Amino acid sequence: MRGFRSAVIMLWCCMGAVMPAAASNGALPMQQLAPGMFVYLGVHEETTAANQGAIANIGFIVGERCVAVIDTGGSLKNGQRLRLAIRQQTALPVCYVINTHVHPDHVFGNAAFVGDQPVFVGHQHLAASMLARGEHYRRTLARQLGEPAASVSTMIVPTRTLASELTLDLGGRLLQLRAWPTAHTDGDLTVLDEKTGALWLGDLLFERRVPSLDGSLKGWLAAMETLRSLPARQVIPGHGAPSRDWPGAMDRQEHYLQALLHDVRQAIRDRKTLAETVPTAARGERAGWLLFDDYHARNVTAAYTELEWEN
Amino acid sequence: MRREPNFLAVERLPALDALCRNATAAMLSCALLLAAAAPASAADNWSRIRPGLFQNRAIAEDTAEMIELVTPVRAEDAAVVPIAIRTRLAQSPGLYAKRLFLIIDNNPAPLAAVFKLTPELGRADIETRVRIEEYTHIRVVAEMSDDSLHMVSRYVKASGGCSAPAGKDPAAAAAGTGKMKLTLERTPELNRPLLAQLMIRHPNTTGMAMDQVTRLYAPPHYVKHIEIAYNGKQIMSADTDISISENPNFRFYFLPRQNGALTVEAVDSNELSYKTTLQVKAD
Repeated sequence: MRGFRSAVIMLWCCMGAVMPAAASNGALPMQQLAPGMFVYLGVHEETTAANQGAIANIGFIVGERCVAVIDTGGSLKNGQRLRLAIRQQTALPVCYVINTHVHPDHVFGNAAFVGDQPVFVGHQHLAASMLARGEHYRRTLARQLGEPAASVSTMIVPTRTLASELTLDLGGRLLQLRAWPTAHTDGDLTVLDEKTGALWLGDLLFERRVPSLDGSLKGWLAAMETLRSLPARQVIPGHGAPSRDWPGAMDRQEHYLQALLHDVRQAIRDRKTLAETVPTAARGERAGWLLFDDYHARNVTAAYTELEWEN
Repeated sequence: MRREPNFLAVERLPALDALCRNATAAMLSCALLLAAAAPASAADNWSRIRPGLFQNRAIAEDTAEMIELVTPVRAEDAAVVPIAIRTRLAQSPGLYAKRLFLIIDNNPAPLAAVFKLTPELGRADIETRVRIEEYTHIRVVAEMSDDSLHMVSRYVKASGGCSAPAGKDPAAAAAGTGKMKLTLERTPELNRPLLAQLMIRHPNTTGMAMDQVTRLYAPPHYVKHIEIAYNGKQIMSADTDISISENPNFRFYFLPRQNGALTVEAVDSNELSYKTTLQVKAD
């Protein structure tokens, strides 16, 4: 934020299609990335009353029988506006709501779909994380959006979970879901749309917005190595622009995470304390990332407390 | 601090803990009750904490030359806030710091730790990592061997460290509980204070986040006492509480007068004990 505000506004201009979500009630402006596949591109900000928590990429895929939602946004309002956008495209029922991980900007819109009675799908660790973190996230949301908006944005836990893989059939359209070992979080999930070769990565991939580490640095790098071998015609990150450059779309994030790994390991080897490491590690990576100053120090802390247990 | 009844004023209420544990549906109301059980006004928490710990004893605050407390101004991760207590006095048998009280005014359990020190440490410096629930003063009160009290405090901006979920990977954390790493920061020299680091793998749960498996508020599970001995003689101990971060981490000095064994024993709130020994050999 702060110095980033002008950069964010410039980004909106470049993207053209995305209007500020401020005080808006209508359908979310979606981009069609492939036949029957739509994404809303979240703004690169922290959650505020003005953006309604619509800061993550969320979307849906339409089959012949029904619709699958992939992440629901950062508030009930965000989810409701996604639901309106679905209704502009199809009258088919929403049969699946898939959450890529536990973070509030991806799941607080779940409540907007309860009336559709979908199957809520998530990683085997998702329900536990939602329950452990839900109240804390709700209090944070209350600070950001005000109490009325926060109190109606509730955690809806998955009704079907996966430990490794799961295929969902939307009618003539199969989605391949994959659960990952601890990486960005301890409950990341990806969705491959077989028909179009589009791979929804959730927050396993950040573009422009600086990655946030809430799982395992080494696990995330390992997951990215596996991801590189997956065939995908295009990828949708959890934040930032979709890309057809695969696996090249991961290079920038990989560079950042490798720098974090290298510098924090070196600091620990040099017997630098956590307090000494936070202001110095991987600072050279700052250029080109939005919200770097809001997340980087926390990422260093997470990396340090993970890596100090190596050996 | 469980052994100090005068700390009750700021301790969690056992009955309330039980209520919260048993009432799944009352998640929100428990949070409110816990908030209500905490001292009402953040501004005067210190005045409520002080009598229980120090009665009306004088506490000197002109201590810049005696103790320094190093904290970040703004904590980047409220669940892991590194702090350092640095003393300026020689830890000599004539005059030494015998106890350091680490207090986080606005935390649910403000007394984070009490370190009992001896001249065998050579230096009374301690570093650790704490959780901070909301904007707060952190303070250190040093009780010297002449019973004088000296205080230093710092204001830290952070929020949510206690109620925030502790673990990024709870399954991995549970699997490693009790693992310890005890290391020296350089090659030992006899009769010169030596910096050591103690790391304990422990969830150090606060009891303020819902348990991930049972879906109930789990009772707190934290390291409560640590004994450190050199060649069998106690040189330091610590009573610790839920304000200490997950995987408790302490850096401290000790003065090896001969080669020997540095031993650490930690006991948690479930009475599980963990022990490790490090051989110290000077060149």
